[in-house]
Order: sequence, then structure tokens, then C-alpha cells
Amino acid sequence: MTTFYVPADTAARSVGADEVAAALAPFDGVRVVRTGSRGMLWCEPLVEVDTPAGRVGYGPVTPADAGALAQLAGIEPASGNPLRPAYLGLVERQPFLAAQRRLTTARLGVVDPSDHADYEQHGGWTGVRRALALAPDAVIAEVTASGLRGRGGAGFPSGVKWATVADAAGPEKYICANGDEGDSGTYADRMLIEGDPFALIEGMLIAGYAVGAHTGVVYLRSEYPDAIATLRCAVESARAAGVLGADVLGSGFAFDVDVRVGAGAYICGEETSMLESIEGRRAEVRAKPPIPALHGLFGRPTVVNNILTLATVPTILADGGSAYAAHGTDRSRGTQVFQLAGNVARGGLVEVDFGVTVRELVEGFGGGTRSGRPVRAVQLGGPLGGYLPDSALDLPMDYEALAAAGFMLGHGGIVVFDDTVDMARQARFAMEFCVKESCGKCTPCRIGSQRGMESLDRFLAGADPARELPILERICTTMAKGSLCAMGQLTPMPVRSALTHFPEDFAGGRR
Amino acid sequence: MSTRHDGVDPEREATVRALVARYAVHRTALLPMLHDVQEHLGYISRQDILTLADVLNLSIADVHGVVSFYTDFRTSPPPPHRISVCRGEACQAVGCEALYAATLTAYRESVDTEVTEVFCLGNCALGPSGTADGRLLGRLTVDRLTALIPPARA
Repeated sequence: MTTFYVPADTAARSVGADEVAAALAPFDGVRVVRTGSRGMLWCEPLVEVDTPAGRVGYGPVTPADAGALAQLAGIEPASGNPLRPAYLGLVERQPFLAAQRRLTTARLGVVDPSDHADYEQHGGWTGVRRALALAPDAVIAEVTASGLRGRGGAGFPSGVKWATVADAAGPEKYICANGDEGDSGTYADRMLIEGDPFALIEGMLIAGYAVGAHTGVVYLRSEYPDAIATLRCAVESARAAGVLGADVLGSGFAFDVDVRVGAGAYICGEETSMLESIEGRRAEVRAKPPIPALHGLFGRPTVVNNILTLATVPTILADGGSAYAAHGTDRSRGTQVFQLAGNVARGGLVEVDFGVTVRELVEGFGGGTRSGRPVRAVQLGGPLGGYLPDSALDLPMDYEALAAAGFMLGHGGIVVFDDTVDMARQARFAMEFCVKESCGKCTPCRIGSQRGMESLDRFLAGADPARELPILERICTTMAKGSLCAMGQLTPMPVRSALTHFPEDFAGGRR
Repeated sequence: MSTRHDGVDPEREATVRALVARYAVHRTALLPMLHDVQEHLGYISRQDILTLADVLNLSIADVHGVVSFYTDFRTSPPPPHRISVCRGEACQAVGCEALYAATLTAYRESVDTEVTEVFCLGNCALGPSGTADGRLLGRLTVDRLTALIPPARA
């Protein structure tokens, strides 16, 4: 019996992984295990065959390849392979993967996400066991020492946030995992939950123990039905195994996790709006202060962390904060999970140390554009992030260095555009997106985005830039300075970066 | 289906009350309740809003406000077929605007198919992306859509 690993990841399924798994299953001597994806998404569906030398990959494959694949059971046919060019060789030696440092995503595509025992065999529950043997403040000290910063986009030091919640008085505290991953170009939260859901559960357990919370809530967007199902299954399985519940791993600490589903609102990625949504209200953002760490879910002290932030905590506790902090740059410690998206030849998940340049990611890992045309613009950090011209691609991925250049890392999404892109249209879309997704609570965002879109429509109709630019600039300033949350404050970022770096696209009469 | 003179459908009200009986009476259950009602009955009717307001002791305006805030909740029965096309930036970089326009054109006459835009399905390396009757499709073309859901002929 030979094991064939076929991803059940959403991206792999979108290009036929289910059909491949179904075609393989009936063959004698074939055992199919559904995993997450390794993140080499351009090779999906990527099937891995267990061999004495290790897992050998084939991708992309089709259901018609199933018969030939089944005959390869247990052998590593370097030559004379009927499945060339889909034959990739040992998966772990793939240059795309071998050049990464996988700490947060180490088990992605490797383990069976429905099997907590498989998780444990691959190092799972080591971090929480170590945490439970420490005092809560020693756990926070490890997280602080690791230099971990929030991976949702704001980059706030996680140890400081946890210490604030731990020090807050209150009979009830909460851990909220923000999985409302709405930024176009990002999918790491989804992949992590679909491929390694127990890592998130373990991270939430550690956070709960550290700050004195006994309830965790994961908020997932409704656009991710597979992630919702996988996580719910993992929570049930963790409860059955005694990892979640009244007596976590026999320690006497009680913790449980509730999975909540959004309903199609980008704004729920903003932490206070997510809390409103969990409470059963319109997801309108709250004014800060008070901060959620002191006045969060149901008014109680609450840790709100991104999925990747929490999923990184187990490795920090298992190997120590200083081991994690040994990687990265000045104030951006450890690794970041980047997501290559859009018009890119090799799109996928790349976890590497902070300090890598945008060019190394786009050209090195990504291989340039899928269309084969020159890269013209790269949007970094989602719909609220700036558009980088070619001259900015040598910037290092580092929170402070990017901010100094007028950009932001956001959730690590990297969207590549070739030279056919019209940057005035992209700027207009930034405003259109804000019109559609603004929660409506504050005027600069709600009305400003509408007026901004109208101004950009005039640009596109050939208006005189000398007349239109001051109007658009004033709208951007009002939104950036007057909005309550990042949505209104940062929508001007893509607009201004397009104006600054691609002025030729705004010249009157170009169209 | 029986309907009383005041327009209330007692059967539907009983179904909704039974569906949400497992939740504790607290407004935090409102979104899960709305998801359950929509999943089982296809949409959230005006009457369902009244029922849930009564169950949770909230004002009708409050529940209506929540239903109308979120894109997912629909207040009319869904058509037999539903298509969504992603219009996020990553899909724009690989031509989703043309795909969306072509899809709208292809199904213009099809009253049984609803075509909507969506912003990000988390499949940003394999775009353009979309869904056909709930199934996610990568590297999507309008031909693939029309093969799965043939447009009705006028």
C-alpha cells in the first residue's frame, strides 16, 4: 500500500484536486490522504507519492494521469518517467520550497488536517505543553522576546498586547482570532486553517493561558467554506482528545474555542468591527480608545490577533523566543508568510525571514509575470496598500523601511501587474472598493470615497490634471486624517502611490 | 402553504423558531441564526426578521439593520443558479474585469441565473476566480461557466 497525498486546499480544488483524488482512489495499492497545500500553487493539483527516498511530487496532474501515477507507487523513477513534465522530484528539494524558512507554515501540505495525532507526530502540542509548565507571565516574556508583531497588518508587538490584557482586571477575558482575510492577494490564513488548523488552536490555547482567558472565538469569512469546515472538525477533534475543554492536556486549565462565520463584509477585518459582528450587530467600527485589550468583546479585555500571529506562537514556545528572534531585521523579527498573487508565473506561499526584497519575491520566487510581459506595478498589503513601481522593488520587507518609503506590508499579500495595467483605473478601483465596503459610520470614509471615485472618473474622462488633482488631493487628506479606522485612513494610499509613481496614467487626454 | 389574513405564514414561523431554538437567547446568536435561516429557507423574509426580533427581544429595526448591513443575507428567494466573479485586485491583474463583463453579457437573458461580483475568494494565485453554484473555480473563463451552467435562450 502506497500513500498518495492530494491537497484538499481550496486553491487546489479550484483546479481539479478532488477529481484527481477520486480518480486515484479506486486503484489497488493506493491510499489517498487529503492534506493542505505546500503552497506551490501554480503546480496544483500537486500529488505527492510516498517513496523510500521521501515524497515525490507530480504537478499539475489531471484525472487522466491517475493510472500512470498509481503504477508509480513506491518507486522514485528519475528517468523514463511517463509523467514528465509533471514529474517534480522530491518535493522538499523544490527550489521554491528549499529557499524558504518555514516556521509558521512548517506542516502545511505535510500533515492530515483532520488528524490531531498526525499533528502531534509533527511537533504539535509541544509549545502548549511547555507553556502550561511555565507561569503565565513567563509565557508572555517568551512572546515578547521573540519580537513577534501582529501579522494582520498593524504590526503591533504581540507580547505588549498580551501583557495589557493579562494586567487588565476582569472576571472574563477573550481571545479573538481574526480570520476575516478580505485583502485581495492574501490567502495565508485560509491555507493555514485548511492545512494545519491545530496550530491555530494551539496558539489560542497558549494566548488564553498567558492572559487568563478561557474562551476563544475564531472569526472566519463566509467566502472560506472549506476553512470553516476544516476548523470546526479540528475543534471537535481537539475536544474529543482533551486538548480543548475543562482540563486542557490534564493541566487543570480550561479553554474552549467557538468558530463564528462572517457574512460578506470586508470591514470585519478591522478588529473593532469584527467584535461588533461577533456580538450580533452591524459591523460598524468603534472609536478607539478604549482599545480592545481593555474593552473588547462584550466590553471585556480581549486579545485580538491575526490567524498567522496566533499560529506562530506554538513554534515560539516550543523553540524559545530567542530562536525566533534570531531571524529577520532590526525591529521586524522572525519570518513573514508572503503570498504571491495576480499576474505571477509561480504564485504561492513564501515564508522567509524579514529583510527579503520585493524583487527577490516577485522575480526570484515568483518568476515574473504569468503573461510573460514586464512587471509594471506591485501592490503590497492589499486594497489599502500602495502600488510599487519597478524602482521600489529593491525595498526590504521590514515594517519600518516600508513605512519610511510610504508603503506597508499589511498581511503580506503581493499582487503583480504587468505593463498593460492602467494605474488610473486601479486608483479608481481603490475608491470604488471603499464606497462598497465602508461601514458608513464616519463621514470622511463614507462620503470621501464616493467623491474620490467621482474625481477619478473625471480623470479617466480626460479632465485637466491641473484642475482635478487639488480636488483629489483634498479628498485623500480628509479621508486619511479624518477617518475612524484603517479603511478610510488608508484607501488614499493606493491612490496617492499611483499618482506619485505613475503620473503618466493620469495625464489628460491619454485615453 | 397556508397564509393567514394578516400575511403571516405560521408554518414558516414555526420552522424558523425550531431552527434557532438551540441558541441561547443573546444577540451574539443573531448572525448564526440568520445563517441558519438562509441555509434552510434560502432567504430571510420580512416575517423572519419579525420572528428573530421576537426570539431575541430586539427591535425589528435592529434586526433589519443587521440583515441589510451584510452582503450575504438576501431578502428574496435565490434563483436556481448563482455565479459570482471575483473583482479583487489580484484577479484584475489577470483580466477579471473582462471576464465579469462577458459573464454578465452571457447570462443577460437568463432569468434562472444570478451573476454577482465578489471581492476575493482567497484564490489569488490562480485567478481569475469565481464560483458556479457554490463551487470555486480557478483560472476561470466564460466558456467554462457556460459549460457548467448553460445560459437560458430567450
